[in-house]
Amino acid sequence: MSNKVKAIGYPVVTALVLLTIWICAVEVFKVPDYLIPAPGAVLGTLYTGYIEGHYWSDFFFTLRNTLVGYATGACLALVLGAFVAESKTFERFFFPYIVALQATPKVAIAPLILVWFGYGMASKVVLIALMTFFPVFINTISGLRQTNPAMLDLMKVCSASRLHVFLNVKLPAAAGHIFAGLQISVVLSLIGAVVSEFVSSSKGLGYLIQSASVNMDVATMFACLFSLIAIGVTGTQLMSVLHRRLVFWERNTSQTLSTHE
Amino acid sequence: MHSQAQSMSNGGAVAADDMPLVAAQNLSVVFRGSRGSVTALQDLSVSVGRGEFVSVIGPSGCGKSTLTRVFSGLLKPTQGSAFLKGTKIDRPRGDVGMVFQQANLLPWKTVLDNVLVPARALRQNIAQAREAAMDLLRLVGLERFAHNYPSELSGGMQQRVGIARGLIHNPDLLLMDEPFSALDTMTRDHMSLELQRIWMARKTSALFITHSIAEAVFLSDRVLVMSARPGTIVEEITIDLPRPRTLETMASPEFAEYCLVLRKLFEKLVHFN
Repeated sequence: MSNKVKAIGYPVVTALVLLTIWICAVEVFKVPDYLIPAPGAVLGTLYTGYIEGHYWSDFFFTLRNTLVGYATGACLALVLGAFVAESKTFERFFFPYIVALQATPKVAIAPLILVWFGYGMASKVVLIALMTFFPVFINTISGLRQTNPAMLDLMKVCSASRLHVFLNVKLPAAAGHIFAGLQISVVLSLIGAVVSEFVSSSKGLGYLIQSASVNMDVATMFACLFSLIAIGVTGTQLMSVLHRRLVFWERNTSQTLSTHE
Repeated sequence: MHSQAQSMSNGGAVAADDMPLVAAQNLSVVFRGSRGSVTALQDLSVSVGRGEFVSVIGPSGCGKSTLTRVFSGLLKPTQGSAFLKGTKIDRPRGDVGMVFQQANLLPWKTVLDNVLVPARALRQNIAQAREAAMDLLRLVGLERFAHNYPSELSGGMQQRVGIARGLIHNPDLLLMDEPFSALDTMTRDHMSLELQRIWMARKTSALFITHSIAEAVFLSDRVLVMSARPGTIVEEITIDLPRPRTLETMASPEFAEYCLVLRKLFEKLVHFN
């Protein structure tokens, strides 16, 4: 019980301290509002943005692109990762180039993606998918490869089909790794979304930040930043809940028992 | 040649009466690596009769596990062949059960579903297999835990699930590769008693790999002694102790005598190397 209080209470204390420093910076040390806006100004911007203004449409624009790109990238990563892990031939053909693509800073090819896929949603989704791809891809491969060899022997002795082994043994064994990749990718996909809007967009939270910078409208930038943080934290937490629910066996026994009853 | 033709005419699966259930003649397994080749097994001959419990005992690294891989069809011998029910084992064929050093249960499946893993892989009728699995769990004393997850079981219990899983598809041969080596000493004694009881109830032919002399003597009808480098059978001892053997058997002079004979043999083997 007291642990629970600590788990919730301590971060709240940190938040209050940070908020106090913020308020002090603005009120006591008079940091000008074109550098740091007052907390109240940010709240005001959030209020007018979301209640009276157009923020929701920007919010959903960014969210939609992120979700579509994330889903596309994650699915591709799962399928290609499975092929690389399962087929030595496939690995030899493609793996070096996939690694080279990983080494490429994706942000650097954002303008190129724009040229290829146009100014619409497609170019944004492609960049987000690229950002999402690698953590899921690499984790899928390493997860599938660490299957217990004795278990694979047992399946071979029972002349199990390759698909049967994949679905019943390898994939569940890799699930923990895959979810770790999916969790990392949430934040990367958001980076992709913002960068894609920086490069070219007339909508979205990333676009709002950029256009606000032209007017030195720091309050708007903060408001959009908090919105992005909200998406990132929600997405990451959602993945972590899914992880714990679906990969229930990678926890200690007492927790397994408690979910059971 | 003649007996081969006969077994072919019987569908290739029925063995001649004089042939043991499991037989291997002059098996050799050579692993060729980049740093030369290693002879794991050399000129090794083994047989297991129907319903017989045979142990293979030997020092670490003598190729005992290689032997189980040959009998399960996972590894093709370099020379010679292994036969099961009169037909050559040249690939996995679903009539062999395996129990490993670790229980190797799937943590996301319940105990019952773990026992059913081979049945599902072999695409057997699952309704029937489920009943058989419950019977087996009753036999190994774990029917109350059928719907628990492996993480909720002790090491000994997990290995009993492993044995039940090894038997679910009614294999002709049960291969056990040091199944108790990961357990503590007290659990091991208990597991020996349990395994004997399970084996006597099922009468499945068993090949039991171990490096415990007491375990081998306690469980086996015959003990085969293997030497290392090259791995081959150097001695065969028939254990003529009445069954069911009990904890008292372990304290009997006959039991001690068998153990002593085997210990002396190993002593010689060690010096020989």
